[in-house]
Formats: sequence, structure tokens, C-alpha cells
Amino acid sequence: MGAVLLHRFGGIVTLAPVRNDEVALVDLLDRLLAGGVVIAGDLTISLADVDLVHISLRALISSVDKLMER
Amino acid sequence: MSERTVYLYAIGDADLADSPELAHIKGVEDAPIRTIGEGPLSAVVASVDRDTFSEETISANLEDLKWVENLARRHHDVVDRLARGHPIAPVRMATVYYTDAGVRELLRARCAELSATLDRVRGRSEWGVKGYVAPVDEGADAPLDAHSTAAPGTSYLMRRRAQRDHAAHRRERVTDAAEKLHEEFAAMALDCRLYPPQDRRLTGRSDEMVLNAAYLMDDAAAALLAQRVEAVTEQLHLELTGPWAPYSFTDLGGS
Repeated sequence: MGAVLLHRFGGIVTLAPVRNDEVALVDLLDRLLAGGVVIAGDLTISLADVDLVHISLRALISSVDKLMER
Repeated sequence: MSERTVYLYAIGDADLADSPELAHIKGVEDAPIRTIGEGPLSAVVASVDRDTFSEETISANLEDLKWVENLARRHHDVVDRLARGHPIAPVRMATVYYTDAGVRELLRARCAELSATLDRVRGRSEWGVKGYVAPVDEGADAPLDAHSTAAPGTSYLMRRRAQRDHAAHRRERVTDAAEKLHEEFAAMALDCRLYPPQDRRLTGRSDEMVLNAAYLMDDAAAALLAQRVEAVTEQLHLELTGPWAPYSFTDLGGS
């Protein structure tokens, strides 16, 4: 998942999917937070409220805090 | 044994029920993947822990980047594997039903729309193109100073203004170029979707993203897209990702 351009032989482009853990998280979350069939389900979870920058910065601060505690 | 609830990954054709790969895919909580069939459709689901996937717990966990990342990758692992061999309508992350009956009712109620979605994506994949502009060294790029006879202070200010104007024009040209490329790629595709540029605080990149788009197309068109992406080297740097399951093209416009 995620294409790598390989050799071009006489104009033929070969595309090779790469492993799932190499998929960039941001690319994945673009699609999973704003894409896919919107189905009500039995729960009401609003993914639109997920503020990636906010939780990413919080994760960063919390890991720095842990380092400082030592 | 703890109470279970039904986590929904994706919807596909009825024949998905017979797929041998279902037994080998690891998803959320490593819970076995199974299908619920109703008419011409199959829902791909797993029974997961009800407490972990309650409204309260999910909402709280959505504040935790590690949890979000883990769920996203697990969800994607399942959807991606399925999409390789079958037309699939991926369902948004963290969609839960209390019972199988609820899922069946969904398939019954929205059969026509879901079937139409599967027909649209059959034989096609999603391809992502991101476009970046390299940050410019404004000093190096600016036009030659035509005011060297003026007093040094004035000359500096005039130079700075020339640099700013130049940078603004350059940015305009790059944005135009990105728009034109998007139009060109969209013409090669059945459908396209634009995403906002990704925040630099998330990507960790210093260059600015000016294009973040998804295109739905078959493999032949994708090969042409890949050639074009590789050929573009002026003003923009393009990156291609794919094939993706058609996450960006299954919006039914309702609930």
C-alpha cells in the first residue's frame, strides 16, 4: 500500500504496493476521518471533532514531560 | 466472557462471504473477521469488546493519538486486504452496531445505494497525489537590485519589497500549476476529491503542500497517472500513493 515506481521498460511503468506499516499516518487519517461510508450505527461518534494537530501536540508534550520527570 | 458488540469495517458483494482471506486477516483486537449477508450484499464485521467500543470510551480514546493510530492501522489492514480482490465500500472508522440484526437492517435499508457504490468502484482503485513546493531562498531568487544609486537604507527596503512581490508572484504561479495538474489528473479519473493540505506540524515537512487529492480510476489510467507524476519536476514536487481502497469515494450523502 503506497506505490513505488519501479523500472520503466519501453514506457511500461511498474507499480509496487508497499507494506501497510509504511503508509503515512497522516495519509491514512485523511481518509479514515473524512472518508468511508457514513453510517449512523448504534453509536454517535463524531470523527469530525478529532483535532489531529491538537492530539499530536499533546502526545508530544506528554512524552517530553515523561523525559523531564526522570 | 465480556459483552460483545459489532464493529463494521466495510460492505461488499455477497460473494465476499466465501473469501478465504477473511480467516487470515488480523483486525481490531485481533477479533476474527466474519461477514453478515443480506440480499446481494455482505457486511464485513468483527465482534469486539463492548466496553472498549462504547460511545464514552471511544470518544475519550479519540484524544489519544496512539489509540487513534492503532485503530486506524488495524481498520486499514482489514479494508486494504479485502479491497485487493473485491469491490469494497469502506465504512468510516469506529462504526459500531450492538447486534448483527442492526447490520442486516442497514444492508436492507440502503441496498440500492450500497450496490450502486460497489458498481462505481468495481475494477477501480483510489490513487493519492500530494504536491509540494520547495521553500524558496528569497534572497537568491529576487530580481537584481535596480536601486543601487539610492541611499543604502532605502535601497534595502526597496530590495525587500521586490523580494516580497517576487515571492507572492511565485506562489501564485505554483498554485496555478497545482490547479492545472489537478484538472489534468481529474480528467483521467472517474471521480476526484480534494483534501485540505496536511498540516506541517503533522507531516514534519518543511515544504508547503499545495495539492492533496484522491482520484478514482482503473489500473490502466493509474499507470498513465504515475508516468505524469514522475514527469512533473518544475515548480512542484509530486508524490503518488496507492492503490488505496476507495475511502474517498463512498460518500452516500446521508446516514
